[in-house]
Amino acid sequence: MTLSDCLTVTNTLRTTTIVQVITESPSVKTYLFIDKQCAKAKPGQFLMLWIPGIDEIPLSILNATEDGLISVSVKAVGDATRHLSSMEAGATIGIRGPFGNSFTQNHGNVLLIGGGTGTAPLLFLAKTLSNKAKKLSFIVGAKTKNELLFVEQLNKICPEKTLITTTDDGTYGLQCLVTEPLNDLLEREKFDAIYTCGPEVMVKKIFELTQKHNLPLEASLERLMRCGIGLCGSCVIGKYRVCKDGPVFNNMQLNEIKDELGISKLGFDGSRIPI
Amino acid sequence: MESSLLSLQIAGLNLDYPGMLASGVLGYSAESMHRVIENGAGAVVTKSVGMQPRGGYANPTVVQAKSGLINAMGLPNPGIDVYVEEIKYTKTLIHQPLIVSVFGYSAEEYATVAKKAADAGADALELNVSCPHVRQTGSEIGQNPNLLSEVVKAVKAMVKVPVFVKLSPNVTDIVHLASTAVHAGADALTVVNTLRAIAIDTETAKPILNNIKGGLSGPAMKAVALRCVYDIREKLVDTPIIGCGGISDWQDAVEFFLAGANALQVGTAIAFDGPEVFQTINRGIEVYLRRKHFGSVNDLVGLSHRN
Repeated sequence: MTLSDCLTVTNTLRTTTIVQVITESPSVKTYLFIDKQCAKAKPGQFLMLWIPGIDEIPLSILNATEDGLISVSVKAVGDATRHLSSMEAGATIGIRGPFGNSFTQNHGNVLLIGGGTGTAPLLFLAKTLSNKAKKLSFIVGAKTKNELLFVEQLNKICPEKTLITTTDDGTYGLQCLVTEPLNDLLEREKFDAIYTCGPEVMVKKIFELTQKHNLPLEASLERLMRCGIGLCGSCVIGKYRVCKDGPVFNNMQLNEIKDELGISKLGFDGSRIPI
Repeated sequence: MESSLLSLQIAGLNLDYPGMLASGVLGYSAESMHRVIENGAGAVVTKSVGMQPRGGYANPTVVQAKSGLINAMGLPNPGIDVYVEEIKYTKTLIHQPLIVSVFGYSAEEYATVAKKAADAGADALELNVSCPHVRQTGSEIGQNPNLLSEVVKAVKAMVKVPVFVKLSPNVTDIVHLASTAVHAGADALTVVNTLRAIAIDTETAKPILNNIKGGLSGPAMKAVALRCVYDIREKLVDTPIIGCGGISDWQDAVEFFLAGANALQVGTAIAFDGPEVFQTINRGIEVYLRRKHFGSVNDLVGLSHRN
């Protein structure tokens, strides 16, 4: 099969049924469904989920098993995600993908930093690396305790003291942003790879910190997406298409797009709007 | 790559390579268009721009069909008053022709947007009179000879740069509309826009696109686009034609030249083979020209009509 043929198969819409819905927090739910194409998805890749008659949205893949049980976590923020959050097991959805590149998988001393629902692809990565990496540390942050995601699962993956939790209001873990414990860690420990996903202002700060310490970073970025296959140009940042050249970008690429990172993005009408 | 074999002139524009970026693909930002140029496009055509900002339709806006894509983006664009800044910025990054695609809901709107684009530095304009999925513009104008003529005349009266007219294949007699555009003053014809199409999901019995119907692009429509070029070249011997529709490799490209195209546009192939598809097509055409002992890509134009 040529590259074009592969993409054609990946991009063909498949309808499937939601098999389970898990409530993760007051606003976040995890959906499980069967999809053979996504069975081979790697941590960092995303899929397009069709809510019939409503919308189609890009979602990071939270987990993919060999037999094709796929999960995604969704925060109810807009019309499409609110509609999805009202859907239950048995409902029909459509899937395209998996799309985009994935995180590299470093087996040395690795550090993962997740903010909000951005923690989802990093949990997938942490599960994949947990038995392979020499040491795995994780910083996870949220505004408040009941919005912190996957803490129980992360506790199991991270042996003692390598999971750091932060909340803006101090209701759980440290009362600070994820960048504070990160700064301390970077001062005293040398990492072989650092991975992050979350609000772009957070990503930008982490990029600046890792640049200062001359450490390799991979960040998964989010943009308005339409086609998901690198055609329409809705998700471009600098010369890169987040859906096709990303969503994971390394520190060299992040440096090329630093004038837009955390600063501006394209809106629905294609105009550059502040973040 | 020896560009002299592949270089050409169309409607007064100099292209180092025969393929332009088709409108609607990666055409918002200066950096995206620059990347396409770096990969061997001879010119770029922007997304279609109108008077007012438009957010476009909700997703799904693109759906996979067998051997093609169906899209109904809904002409998302920031409006010409914002986009003039992007035009100026793009002109600082690229030195190849920048063609701004224009749409409107009246001849006056087309002319106003065209004038602003030209004043901002557009090297040429392409009139979108063929978008198949937005009402009261696009193909609703391009399918009506009187409206088409009125729009082309209004734009020509306002601008000095070359004006391309992008035709719709969703018509009974494309040669008649091509002649109408040329008589109204079109400097070149882009042949053609997408074919009106639909995709339906069998499980939910719902049309997949949010807009229900859209336009089919890619290999699935190439043979139709090629026939449109052939038919127009047969009647309009001297009109510059830009072939567009499903071009994915050098064989497709050469076929369009042989049918009568003077230059090409590539869009959907970028989804499957990346912006690098321009380099691949260029190399293939060059090898073909050498093997067949042609001195220039221009020597291929319309050759299939002589048999």
